[in-house]
Amino acid sequence: MKQFIRYLPLLLLAVTWELAARLELVSNTALPPLSDVILAWVDMIKDGELLTNGASSLYRAGAGLGLSIAIGGVLGITMAWWKPVNVLLAPLVEIFYPLPKSALIPVTVIWLGFGDGSKILLIFLGCMLPVTMGAFNGARSSEQVLVWSARSMGANKLRMLWDVVLPSAMPELLNGIRTALALSFILLVSSELIVAQKGFGFLIGFLGANGSYDAMYAVVLTVAFLGFAADRIYLLILRRTLAWREQTP
Amino acid sequence: MTSAIETRDGLPEKAARIAVILFWTGARVFSIVLVLAAWEILARSGTFTPFQLPALSAVLERIWSDAWSGDLAINTALTLYRALVSFAICAVGGVAIGMAMSRNKIANWFFDPIISVGFPMPKIAFLPVVILWLGVYDVSKITIIVIDAIFPVIAATVIAIQGVERELIWSARNMGANNRELLTQIVLPAALPQIMTGLQVALPLTLIVAVVAEMLMGGYGLGGAMITASRFANSTGVFAGIVEIAVIGYCLVKAMAMLRRRLLIWHQEANEPTTA
Repeated sequence: MKQFIRYLPLLLLAVTWELAARLELVSNTALPPLSDVILAWVDMIKDGELLTNGASSLYRAGAGLGLSIAIGGVLGITMAWWKPVNVLLAPLVEIFYPLPKSALIPVTVIWLGFGDGSKILLIFLGCMLPVTMGAFNGARSSEQVLVWSARSMGANKLRMLWDVVLPSAMPELLNGIRTALALSFILLVSSELIVAQKGFGFLIGFLGANGSYDAMYAVVLTVAFLGFAADRIYLLILRRTLAWREQTP
Repeated sequence: MTSAIETRDGLPEKAARIAVILFWTGARVFSIVLVLAAWEILARSGTFTPFQLPALSAVLERIWSDAWSGDLAINTALTLYRALVSFAICAVGGVAIGMAMSRNKIANWFFDPIISVGFPMPKIAFLPVVILWLGVYDVSKITIIVIDAIFPVIAATVIAIQGVERELIWSARNMGANNRELLTQIVLPAALPQIMTGLQVALPLTLIVAVVAEMLMGGYGLGGAMITASRFANSTGVFAGIVEIAVIGYCLVKAMAMLRRRLLIWHQEANEPTTA
């Protein structure tokens, strides 16, 4: 019941949508009734259109994000661990961090064409720096006392990295990855909207150009929901991973 | 005061200090110069075709000629106008909604699920819907930017106001502050650091979305210019666009950080060593 009252506003919005469309308060081209949108969604699931395009979108996002986590994480921890690397890379990170990553869309197309490669490269480039910054800030903030005691107990460098630096970098690293996760969806959809032959973004643009707006709304809502669900699942994993900490975010 | 220190330090120490400063500045600039040089050399060596990687000098020349023809000024002004107007709307609207949510139960009940569901959504997917409703001109661009960038501001404001120390509010009440004084003199200043953090998240988002919206809708603006260049397979134009957008992004983020330092000069964080 409590949950119901909590999420009632969303239901209200949905009902308002349906009513506004059914009573023709707004044109049905601009806003098809929610029920039609749901029907269109069921249709697209049945003929597999949504699933094949969704699969290729998720593959791109997953591959790009995976690469950025692996390489960005290693880079961040190396920067915190080894000063010369930091001196060399910090200015580059500082310059590229504020770059609006969407500006890279045409370049990745020039380099890798219209297919999967350009999207994966874009998501990798766009998501890497938040992960790097998270890993760097986290690893740098590992408590000196812990480092000293580990050293006095005879831990070698590698063990210290694994047992002290990595766990203390974890919270910030995981937060960086959360930022990257949200960014990956943004970059995925934008790049697919602009140039693609399959994927969610392509489907949205294609359906919009064809005038099948109910189906377009269905895909838009699907993408929005997937982004939301991915964040929630990630948050669950994050809470579980960080359960050993005294306070969890 | 300074002269006294200088005479006491003596010349060799001063020289050593300057050498150290020079060394670190050199180290900071070194990698950037290295990357730029590598770009130019790689492009000239013929490893890549000029289409894949136009030389840095060609890109700079292109930016130079854009600057003289006035295109650069028009495109930059339009992109900045869209991003900053949206940012202003996000800042004012986001803080207002956030404050309403923390002061009013009904506002909180209504907005809370919308924020918690809407924040993690990739709202850029609604771009075609916004185009359908509002067309392809400034109104729809600004709308989609606001939709994307307002959520971090609202969320930060709500969390910031929740985090204001109860003791501060109690003592202000005790000293006879009314609601308005409480809000403007206690709650807002105390919440400002976190609100600023929210704004610092929103600002880069406005640029990201502005560029995407311009790319998709075409017309003037840095994003539009880039997509036009890429349609004509003019990769020098594309790279020039990236450099221009990168410079603008860098300046905006730096300006925001400076603003934060100025506004929060009274706050203890101003005394802590900064990392950014």
